[in-house]
Amino acid sequence: MSDPAMGEVTSNERVDWLRGQANWIRLSAMTMTHRAHLGHTGGDLSASDILAVLYLGGILNIDPARPQWPQRDRFILSKGHCSAAFYSVLAAKGFFPMEQLRTHMEPLSMLNGHPDRNKLPGVEANTGPLGHGLPIAVGAALAARMRGEAWRAFVLTGDGELQEGSNWEAAMTAQHYGLDNLVVIVDRNRIQQGDFTEVTQRMEPLAERWRSFGFAVHELDGHDHAALLARFAELQVESGKPTCIIAHTTKGKGVSFAENKPAWHHGVPTREQLEIAAKELGVEVNW
Amino acid sequence: MSNSPSGAAQETVAQPKLYDCRDAYSQTLEDMAARDSRVCAVINDSLSSAKLKNFKARFPERFVNVGIAEQNMVGVGCGLANGGMVPYVCGAACFLTGRAMEQVKVDLAYSKSNVRLCGMSPGMAYGQLGPTHHSIEDQAWTRILPNMSVVVPADPVETAAAILYSLEHVGPMYLRIARMPVPRLFDENYKFNFGKAVLMRAGNDVTIATNGVLVCRALEAAEKLASQGIQARVLNISTLKPLDSEAILDAARTTRGIVTAEEGLAAGGLGGAIAELLALNHPTPMRILGLPDVFAPTGSIEFLLDHFGLNAAGMEAAALELMKFGG
Repeated sequence: MSDPAMGEVTSNERVDWLRGQANWIRLSAMTMTHRAHLGHTGGDLSASDILAVLYLGGILNIDPARPQWPQRDRFILSKGHCSAAFYSVLAAKGFFPMEQLRTHMEPLSMLNGHPDRNKLPGVEANTGPLGHGLPIAVGAALAARMRGEAWRAFVLTGDGELQEGSNWEAAMTAQHYGLDNLVVIVDRNRIQQGDFTEVTQRMEPLAERWRSFGFAVHELDGHDHAALLARFAELQVESGKPTCIIAHTTKGKGVSFAENKPAWHHGVPTREQLEIAAKELGVEVNW
Repeated sequence: MSNSPSGAAQETVAQPKLYDCRDAYSQTLEDMAARDSRVCAVINDSLSSAKLKNFKARFPERFVNVGIAEQNMVGVGCGLANGGMVPYVCGAACFLTGRAMEQVKVDLAYSKSNVRLCGMSPGMAYGQLGPTHHSIEDQAWTRILPNMSVVVPADPVETAAAILYSLEHVGPMYLRIARMPVPRLFDENYKFNFGKAVLMRAGNDVTIATNGVLVCRALEAAEKLASQGIQARVLNISTLKPLDSEAILDAARTTRGIVTAEEGLAAGGLGGAIAELLALNHPTPMRILGLPDVFAPTGSIEFLLDHFGLNAAGMEAAALELMKFGG
């Protein structure tokens, strides 16, 4: 069977395959949170398509056989609470055996509730408290420049997370140093732990804010694999500027009872709900 | 180890020459950057107070100024280390630790990042600027973090030696870089021995354990005690973490008690670390000198150290109290 990750960037075959992979990540993450009785299902589901495209769509230049390869792209999951989806995509990529997902949050597991780079290959940064990923990604992008190397730094942030001021400190640094090897992806699902973002502490005009901080800003549907693939493939059109991709997403995407409901920020599915989700997503968990 | 005050032989006046340890730190950093392309510096606007103007001029491509943004500064350091650099993240100790404590905890300590935090002008070096600018908590805050090493050099030679050592150190390290002028205590052959207390003066009656700018004062206190026939052992705990438990337990076993003195709060720092060790292994009479659960009043660093008894007289008095215990 040909590798769907190769070939024409936005071929229908590749997009269909990625859609299936993203749905598998969704059900895998829900199975993990169901088993652990703990987790952040809503954000796992909103980020699954982005993670699938980055890791399985051939965007990130990484090699699971060499997780410390110096020239690798760095991907930092700033929204570290969405570890279940993150672990699932890392396992799918081959960073560790799929069966290890069964240990999620079990005593002494390598799969902590929030990722730990010293425990699991493929994890670049220990995240969990919000507003940490972007400064780290800025540092990584600066390191690539200092070393004269071509790798890039990607960071996936939540949207509510951008209420943390450290992000905007880092955004200023990214602009000041013209870090065009930095890509910020905002999972704009419009819901944070307590409520909708615009009710809690409004984020809009979000694109304008990033633009005013000197970023090349692109908005797209964060569940549209073809659009994500095309955008990632065309990065760095504005040399000298860092990139911000605002991925408009739906929290709880793909599962009817969880979509766009603040309670599903850290809602955990029951056995029955998991079965409904499997039907709606059209996939099976095979680990 | 040598502890002869520098220049004592050459100078006719009794007062030794005093040094700002920041000069030794910045010179060493430049020397390391010249021979190791991984060395880089990150600052928070503090170009002159971190004494890095020359570094910036010589290595502009490895110099990052994030502006007044300490959380970002520490995170950037973490990312630089991830990218294979060895960053020296430098800022006034009060802001570097206090403002960025969660980044220090998560991005450096928990992550085991190869980042060196250089806390400039620690303790009460900023004197009259007041408690906002004092860093009297940093030894306590940093030493309790798992994976974090904490180094507090006593003079310019030890500062340079510790910075030099830090290049090869694995894991995060916090270094206190003193601003308050201190005499030179070591000769140029001094090698920094990470994790080991430095025996500055031998003695078996009582022990004074201190670090940083107070080491020279402890030596003065030992002189005063010697004139009364009391031989004080002076330990320079320049590696606060990992603590040299062997040297401290030996002092506990062979002397009547241990006076600790630190330029900071008496709670949680050097005295706390030693008390924890002794309480569990060899309960020993102690006096813990430092700020007693207060923020400092207005005054110069010299005034404040005297005000809190962090001087030869204060250490002498505490040692004399311990001499009352058996032995």
